[in-house]
Parts: sequence; structure tokens; C-alpha cells
Amino acid sequence: MSSVLFAFVILAGLGIVLGIGLAIADKKLKIEKDEKLIKLENMMPGANCGGCGFAGCQAYAEAVFKGNAKPGLCAPGGKTLAAGMSEVMGLQQQENGEEKAVEYKAYVFCNESCGAKKKDFDYKGLCDCNAASMLFKGDNSCKDGCLGFGSCIKACQFGAVSKNDDGIIEVDRNKCTGCGQCTKVCPNGVIKLIPSTQKFAVKCNSHDKGIDVRKNCSKGCIGCKICETKFPEYGFKVDNFLSVAPSETNLSDKNAEEIFLEACPRKIIVRI
Amino acid sequence: MSYIAILITYVFITNFILVKFMGLCPFIGVSKNSESAIGMGLAVTFVAGTASVVCWCVYYGLLVPLKLEYLKTIAFILVIAALVQLVEMVIRKISPALYKALGIYLPLITTNCAVLGIAIINVENQYNLLESFTAGVSAGLGFTMAIILMSNIRERLELKPVRKYFQGVPIAFISAGIMALSFMAFDNSLLTNLNLA
Repeated sequence: MSSVLFAFVILAGLGIVLGIGLAIADKKLKIEKDEKLIKLENMMPGANCGGCGFAGCQAYAEAVFKGNAKPGLCAPGGKTLAAGMSEVMGLQQQENGEEKAVEYKAYVFCNESCGAKKKDFDYKGLCDCNAASMLFKGDNSCKDGCLGFGSCIKACQFGAVSKNDDGIIEVDRNKCTGCGQCTKVCPNGVIKLIPSTQKFAVKCNSHDKGIDVRKNCSKGCIGCKICETKFPEYGFKVDNFLSVAPSETNLSDKNAEEIFLEACPRKIIVRI
Repeated sequence: MSYIAILITYVFITNFILVKFMGLCPFIGVSKNSESAIGMGLAVTFVAGTASVVCWCVYYGLLVPLKLEYLKTIAFILVIAALVQLVEMVIRKISPALYKALGIYLPLITTNCAVLGIAIINVENQYNLLESFTAGVSAGLGFTMAIILMSNIRERLELKPVRKYFQGVPIAFISAGIMALSFMAFDNSLLTNLNLA
């Protein structure tokens, strides 16, 4: 009996000594953290997407705290976060802050289903766009289009990118925060960031000449310039055999828009 | 046993993960990418080294004189848990950069069985203080090697078409099993051949 008690006392003693030691160490080794920094850190969305250019939410909060970065670089946080950060740091919201904080959303500029794409060869390598792109810029005949291995789906931390039933990559605009990770991972630059207010898009990324586009794809932009010359009021510009939609159009007449959308011979100008 | 023999023993012959099957939890949990695997490996090496020394001191300084050797398991758990907490606080204070690299892994190994295992093996083999320290660091290095190999395998597996029911942890365990098989090539004859036994 006494040996049991002895063991108990020794272990309890050991535990108490260690506990007290830790408590003292905690007091002595405490780090003073500024209240502002804690506030900033709590404010961050915590996505750690890296869209701001820093290693993560905490790194960005620290940079803002030290004055090395401006509020408003965080795409997921948007304007509310920028305003909140400015308030904590006592900065004046800049006059042109509005202009800077335009919301961007990712958009996929390829409208051909992955299954329907014309192939140059049969690719049986790693299931990854960048790996596939290393070999003759991918197996598709169209070298500017979506490779379809879904690297952007994996890159998105918000689950906004997916492949729909037709085999076309889509971005869920409600989930997209505009952090731009998918645009960085895509070897062909098929996903681009566009202002969330943009009304139209030309769903093609190919700068090939019309005859080559026709050969390789049933849907791509052939650079026929109908949208540019027939409807100058919409502001479309054809550059290097690819039509680019303007970020803003002031026309809102639905009928005119219908006629305009019909006018594209390839039907790839779409409403967003 | 020479120190080189101890090193080779704990890195290759009785590798903690692949031969003794200890510390599988962080081995599977933190081996998804090689960056965090290196961090975890270094943290385990560090803690295993210090824990070996401290547990040796507790065993021969406290438990043996009091004839309480049978309490070593629970006493070591207590000591290691407190030690890891203390180390975490010290690193946080002294070197924020090191804390950022290792900090998040330290609480994970508070009660890691690999760390406890090496402390108990040390006293069972009746190593002296320096031998214990060598064994601790070597066990940590063995762990680091295994987890880095594993993370590289898993990074490649991510890109391979694995069947749905095998994706993630199941295929990781299968790979670990095959790795363990290959480590059976190392046995005590390695020491004899190197004239270290």
C-alpha cells in the first residue's frame, strides 16, 4: 500500500512541478502583441489564397500593420475589409479607392467541350494541364484553348471552378472572390479576370487565323469583325484575329442585344 | 555500440516508421506535400533529441534512485508533454522565423509515440547520456527520411489516376507498406558487414 502511495506522490509531485514550471515560463516568455494587429488578423477572411501577393492572410495583416502594404489588396475581403482595415489603422479612405477596388471575377474563355475538341495526338501522361502543356503545348489542335485536365479546379480554394455536364470549365460567380489563383495556374491563360460589371464576353482565347480556327474548332472566334464593324456602339475590338469584349457597354436595350448576339456567326459572344 | 552504429541502426535498420510502425499518425497526416513534411521531420528530430536527454536524466536521476522504474512510461509522457510546450514557448520568443517553420508541428508531436518510443528504447538498451542523444536524433532523422520520401510519392500520386476508393489515405498506406517491405533489406548484417557490430 505504501509503495502505491509513494508512486502516486512522486508522479503527482512531478506533474505539479512541471505544471508550475510551464506556468512561470508562459508568463516570462510572453510576447507582446499589438491590439491593432490582433484586430487586423481577426478581420482577415482566412482563405490564405495568396491573391494579395503575400504568403497568407497573417502575412498580409502584418504587412498592413507595419505600413508596408495598403489595405484593399485582398480580393476575397473586398471593399468591406479594405474599409475595416483603414479604420483600424486610422488611414483615410482614399478618394480613388473606389476605382481601385473594382471587383474582379474569373471567366473561362473557351466554349468547346473537352470531349469534342480535335486532338493532334493521344496524350497519356500526368493528369495536369501544365504537364500536358509541356508536350507540344498539349494534345488539342487548338493550342490556345482549355486543356481540360482541371488544374484550375484544384487551384481554387473556394470551390468556385468546376467542369459542367458539357465538359466545359465554369466559374461560379457567387463563389469566385477574384483572387486570381486559377488564372496563374492555367498554362494557356484561358481563365482571365474580368470586372464583375462586364456584360458580354467572347468565349474564345484563340489568336489563330479564321481558317485555322475553323479547321480545329467548331466554336472559336474567327476574327470576322462583324461585331466590331456592324455594331460599333457596343465597343468590341478585334485584335489579332480575336474579338475582345469591352468591360463596359452603355447599351441596355434588350432587343438590340438579341440582334447583336445573333449576329455573331460563331455564336460565341455570350451574356455573362 | 559505436555512435555510427547507433545512427545506422535507427535510420535504416529499425527505422521508426517503416520497421517499428511508430509515429504513423503524423506520417500519414502531414505527408501531403514535401514542404510540411520537412518541417514535421525537423520538429520530430529536434524533439526526439531533447526528449531523449531529458528522459534519460529523469530516469537515472529520479526513477532509479527511488526504485520506481516501472513508472517510466507515464513519467516520460508527462515530461515530454511539458518539454514540448516549453520548447514551443522558447522558440516563439527567441526565433519567430523558426517558430513559423516548426511551430505548428510542435503541438502535434506532444504525445507522439515515436518520441516516447525512443525515450523508452534508450533506457531499455541502457545507453549512456550521449548514446541516448545520438539515438534520439538518429530516430528523428529516420523519421524525416521516411516522411520526405512519402511526401514525394504522395505528390506524384496526386496527379495519377487512382481509383476512387483508393484515393487519399488508402493508397498512402499501400505505398507505405511497399516502402516498409523494401526497408526489410536492412538488417543487423549491415552492421556486421561494415565492421561496426
